[in-house]
Amino acid sequence: MITRLWSLIRKEFIQIVRDPRTLAITFFMPVVQMLLLGYSATNDVRNVPLAVWDQSRSAESRQLLDAYRAADYFRITHEVEGEAAIRDLIDQGSIRAAIIVPPDYAEALARGEVAQVAFVIDGSDPTIAGTALSAATLIGQARSTAIMAERLAARGQAGALRTAIDVRTQVLFNPDLISAYYMVPALVGLILQFLTIVLTSGAIVRERERGTIEQLIVTPIRSWELVVGKLTPYVFIAFFDSLEVLVVGRLLFDVPINGSLLLLLSLTALFLVTTLGLGLLISTLANTQQEATITSIFFNLPAIFLSGFFYPLAAMPPLLQWLSYLIPLRYFLVVVRGITLKGVGLEALWFEVVALAVFAVVIMGSAALRFRKRLD
Amino acid sequence: MSAIISVESLTKNFGDFVAVDHVSFAIEPGEIFGYLGPNGSGKTTTMRMLLGLLRPASGRARIFGLDSVAQTEQIRPRVGYMSQRFSLYEDLTVGENLAFYGGVYGLRGPQLALRRSEVLALIGLVGRESDRALDLAGGWRQRLALGIALLHKPDLLFLDEPTSGVDPEARRAFWDLIYTLASEGTTVFVSTHYMDEAEHCGRLGIMNQGRLLALDTPTALKRSVVTGQAFDIETADLVGALDILSAAPGIERAGLLGDHLHVIAGRDQHTPQTLAHVLAAFPTVEVTPAEVTLDDVFMVLAGR
Repeated sequence: MITRLWSLIRKEFIQIVRDPRTLAITFFMPVVQMLLLGYSATNDVRNVPLAVWDQSRSAESRQLLDAYRAADYFRITHEVEGEAAIRDLIDQGSIRAAIIVPPDYAEALARGEVAQVAFVIDGSDPTIAGTALSAATLIGQARSTAIMAERLAARGQAGALRTAIDVRTQVLFNPDLISAYYMVPALVGLILQFLTIVLTSGAIVRERERGTIEQLIVTPIRSWELVVGKLTPYVFIAFFDSLEVLVVGRLLFDVPINGSLLLLLSLTALFLVTTLGLGLLISTLANTQQEATITSIFFNLPAIFLSGFFYPLAAMPPLLQWLSYLIPLRYFLVVVRGITLKGVGLEALWFEVVALAVFAVVIMGSAALRFRKRLD
Repeated sequence: MSAIISVESLTKNFGDFVAVDHVSFAIEPGEIFGYLGPNGSGKTTTMRMLLGLLRPASGRARIFGLDSVAQTEQIRPRVGYMSQRFSLYEDLTVGENLAFYGGVYGLRGPQLALRRSEVLALIGLVGRESDRALDLAGGWRQRLALGIALLHKPDLLFLDEPTSGVDPEARRAFWDLIYTLASEGTTVFVSTHYMDEAEHCGRLGIMNQGRLLALDTPTALKRSVVTGQAFDIETADLVGALDILSAAPGIERAGLLGDHLHVIAGRDQHTPQTLAHVLAAFPTVEVTPAEVTLDDVFMVLAGR
């Protein structure tokens, strides 16, 4: 039994090493994906290009604009005259927002009236628009409060302006709200799922496609030995890739691992059982490698969106939230983000662990049942 | 039980298509049994059922007295199989292919090393252990595939069209190898669609459209199936002569065979002289008595 199993594992490793395509997917894809995601998939909006139409041209208006300039949310890139110019710049995509200061801004302030300032935002990208909107409002309010304080001081009532409520915010776990801390650990889950499903389904279907499966079936090797022998090399690769992502994430993006690495790796193993099972299941349905790849992608894409990798599940319509419960990656993302970012242990993750265990048993079980040592 | 394979009314259908239709036969230990028939006649399907790769629709097969469906796992360590597609791993070397299959059959350590060198010597691939299977020529690949099927010293060897796509010299060498194995006591079940190759077999089963039409030694088949006499006819105008002969009385069958015509005449219906007379209009006709071929046997059986 050990001899049979070992022969199969050895053969599988030799084949992986001899196939440049598999090797490239195995070792470079995780790092490339991480670099791309780490640098591009960030919700941290900074330096939104801003146009200014200052019709007041006064000391007061300059003070207001300086306030916007000082915050790194905006970068004043254009000074314009007229609304048409603003529309043109927004259409061209040169600016994302514009601020219009009316001609009577300074006078209105001097008279103690409410001075109106217009802020135009390009809403086509909701993420940028949302950040710009709240930043613009906040900066305007801060400036407004400062002016009111000055007025009171002028009347000899300095210190009379006191805020009624002081909300003291405290951001836990990721105080600087850095996206990479959230995305990179989740990438472990994404890469594991993608890699194991594509590679394992391909590896088994390849035997069928080349006709070697027939020779293999007539040997005394047992079904379970065939399954275990075929999957084992990919378990090693998956673990290697997980560590690769965590280490490179640490070095390049300072992604912390606050919790137990051992717990993380154990639960990674549990998650792997589900994805390897899915790969095996796909291999029993596909006749060619192409079919296997297409089927894996067909499963992988919805799974990624329904897992909460990119978008928070809580924001999805109820139907999609329910569907997400069918996606093992969903649970693993909670696990991996929880352990790396929050440093939580099993006590906080028991629901996810139980769910993953159920999936592991069901998926592997049905894959093993379908995987027969016969041709018909 | 003396028969090494016994098959009773074995049937397999794929939808409406009956691939193997109530086939029965028995094979004795040490035989070289040929399974002859055109492509699609059910040879591979029969073999796959015997090996437990396919489940029979009805009927049963016993190998070493064991049921081919229920006791597959006990049968497998004792049989070798060389499938039509030469199931080698092309990205592995000769040595790695042998080591892998050896391991899968439970061979290891010095036992594996010994068997590996024995097989390498037998198939003539000594010194080429580190060549990739992909780089081997057709004849060598086929020998490696045979070597793989032989590694675990099976009592029974299934060869599915082992020499298709292999040049004649390599085919000759391959058959020498099969004789060697048979002389050492291995039973060989070999399928082929080459008539000349079928002549090498001890006994022949002739398959057509899923049915086993006849089973006997090549000589007995020629004697019992073909009742007429065979003649070879050489002439300059083969096609014209064929037209005349096909319509002539007392001729059972006439056909082109390479550079001459092969004719089966009814028993005592014709002599070389009477045939030459039929073809009197053609210049330079030469008629000689000939051997009945397996081709004749097959055509007669398939025509019934």
